Amino acid sequence: MHADPKGVMTGVHFIDGDHAACEGALAAGCRFVAGYPITPSTEVVERFAARIPEVGGCFIQMEDEIASSIAILGGAWAGKKVMTVTSGPGLSLMMEHVGYAAITETPCVFVDVQRGGPSTGLPTLPAQADMMQVRWGSHGDYMPIALSPSSPQECFDLMIRAFNLAELYRVPVFFMMDEVVGHMTERVVIPEASEIEVVERRLTAKRPGEYKVYGTDGSLVPEMTKAGDGHRIHVTGLTHDERGYPAMNAMAQDKLVRRLLAKINAHADQLVDVQTDGVEGADIVVVSFGITSRVATAAVDAARAQGYKVGHLRLIVCWPFPAKLFAELAGQVKAFVVPEINMGQMVLEVERAVAGRARVVSVPHPGGTVHEPAVITQAIVEAGR
Amino acid sequence: MSSEWTNAELIQQYGIENPVMPYLRQDRLPHIWCPGCGIGTTVNCFTRALSESKLNLDEVVIVSGIGCTGRVAGYMNLDSFHTTHGRAIPFATGLKLANPKLKVVVYSGDGDLSAIGGNHLVHAARRNMDLMVVCVNNFTYGMTGGQVAPTTPLGPTQTTMPYGNFETPFNLPFLADACGAVYVARWTIYHVRQLAKAMKEGLEKKGFVFIEAMSPCPTLYSRRNRLGDGVDQVKYYKERSIIRNGADTKEVGLSFQGEIVVGKFVDRERPTWLESMNEHLGRVLGDKFTPYGV
Repeated sequence: MHADPKGVMTGVHFIDGDHAACEGALAAGCRFVAGYPITPSTEVVERFAARIPEVGGCFIQMEDEIASSIAILGGAWAGKKVMTVTSGPGLSLMMEHVGYAAITETPCVFVDVQRGGPSTGLPTLPAQADMMQVRWGSHGDYMPIALSPSSPQECFDLMIRAFNLAELYRVPVFFMMDEVVGHMTERVVIPEASEIEVVERRLTAKRPGEYKVYGTDGSLVPEMTKAGDGHRIHVTGLTHDERGYPAMNAMAQDKLVRRLLAKINAHADQLVDVQTDGVEGADIVVVSFGITSRVATAAVDAARAQGYKVGHLRLIVCWPFPAKLFAELAGQVKAFVVPEINMGQMVLEVERAVAGRARVVSVPHPGGTVHEPAVITQAIVEAGR
Repeated sequence: MSSEWTNAELIQQYGIENPVMPYLRQDRLPHIWCPGCGIGTTVNCFTRALSESKLNLDEVVIVSGIGCTGRVAGYMNLDSFHTTHGRAIPFATGLKLANPKLKVVVYSGDGDLSAIGGNHLVHAARRNMDLMVVCVNNFTYGMTGGQVAPTTPLGPTQTTMPYGNFETPFNLPFLADACGAVYVARWTIYHVRQLAKAMKEGLEKKGFVFIEAMSPCPTLYSRRNRLGDGVDQVKYYKERSIIRNGADTKEVGLSFQGEIVVGKFVDRERPTWLESMNEHLGRVLGDKFTPYGV
């Protein structure tokens, strides 16, 4: 289906990543946002608050991030596409509702414009240190999806995919920006609505009485409904059966948790999205994501100029992690170099997938700015020795 | 699960019909509440309010938090959401704002709504969010075994106040009133007709409605404080309640086994959040504004 033209600001714009992310959400059909101010993410909701009265929808600034993160889940069950926007400290507060979204299979998008931490840390300066928090931050076992844009243009383009994936898989989708991507201003091209593919919610056609809110009919993702449609559904954060009724026993838990993981893991190959440059035949592959990929490009060029055979692989979808792809590459390359603006998070996944069959070199950075390209070049040179 | 709880069975075996049954998920009965607990009585009142209201029940949604009262949503034959601890109000806010046609009821306990969820209660009342909040107040955390609550009066023993409570409790009607609720009432489960009537008025009222329903917890609060069983508490409600409609909410605080002022304290008009938004944006933006949910 094509985007609703009301939400699409077709044209060529010179805007920052936060504003572009908001335009992506509007183009994707997001019509309800609840948020709470936090640097460096606030511009996303400021723009939404300004734009939505004309587009037709609703924005509310809630009393805190806890409220924002569950107000959107109520909004989703009332039939809207929904989003909340935050940064590290707010994300920490939202974690209980990430779990609630996961177990109730509520389609939603959490935007995280990452800043330095822990705690209040560096409110106005970048980091990429929430990568593991979005994977593991809520208690229990679940599998989210996380996308990592590296430019304002991608903040627009990938946001549409974030909403589409939320609808397809009924999971919380994290949009992992960082302070630099959020605040850098670049050219952003917004196409015609007719050129934007959006996925609409798969609402059940079954009649009341026939429909089971978590009945999967053999697939992994149940059809949805919305409050007010006459199905008299029950939705709970407790472990539940197909009717949505609490079923607190090991058998129900086994069935539910395995399906919640399987619906993503079974589709992991379809979800993989990486951008590669010269990976084929490379001795060393630099693995990056978000803003770091732009710094890494300069480092890769410098190493190539010194004669090293270096490839560059950028993760666009960070979760689920493309472990199979790395396992395949591990037999072909000597070393992976992983720069990231944290003290070594996604590198753990690279190590896990590579399983000792190639060297894995972490290039950590505690945050506050981006890497010096020379530091990454140096790591490439050392890995190539 | 036995099917003797369904209306069809009742009619077949006893030739009687329970008018409450159609409002309940009969396949989920029996419920989990203890003998003598008053939550079921409040649910009975709620079903009567639903039956007397003219609402399309397909558009009535019930949202609960966590705890004994948090289980109410799961027993109602409505679209129902059992959310996280303390967050029923913001979830309900999202439902209401994303589909303003819905009539959204929040049904939860005193700990859920006024302790962990206290901030949301305060702000939803301030905004005059169009929600009916039923707060079943049993002065304790029942599901977790009888800990002190923000509503526990001075004196009684709770597991986390083993030598008696020394914290000053909330006066919930005063709190809701001060924050801007347009309808505030308190009844006990002795006052079933008044409680049902308040709920019916609440369902028909636009804006933030707060109804406190005092209810015994014989298993924990009463037993630990030697207050007898559920019936003894209802006798206490009967003997010590004074109906004062329109009472100044400042004056209706509760003390341990003391006088209980009940009644409809507040019933006023104020634009809801959505009405204010539509009115304001329509005025400021003119034709550019797309009216929402009207």
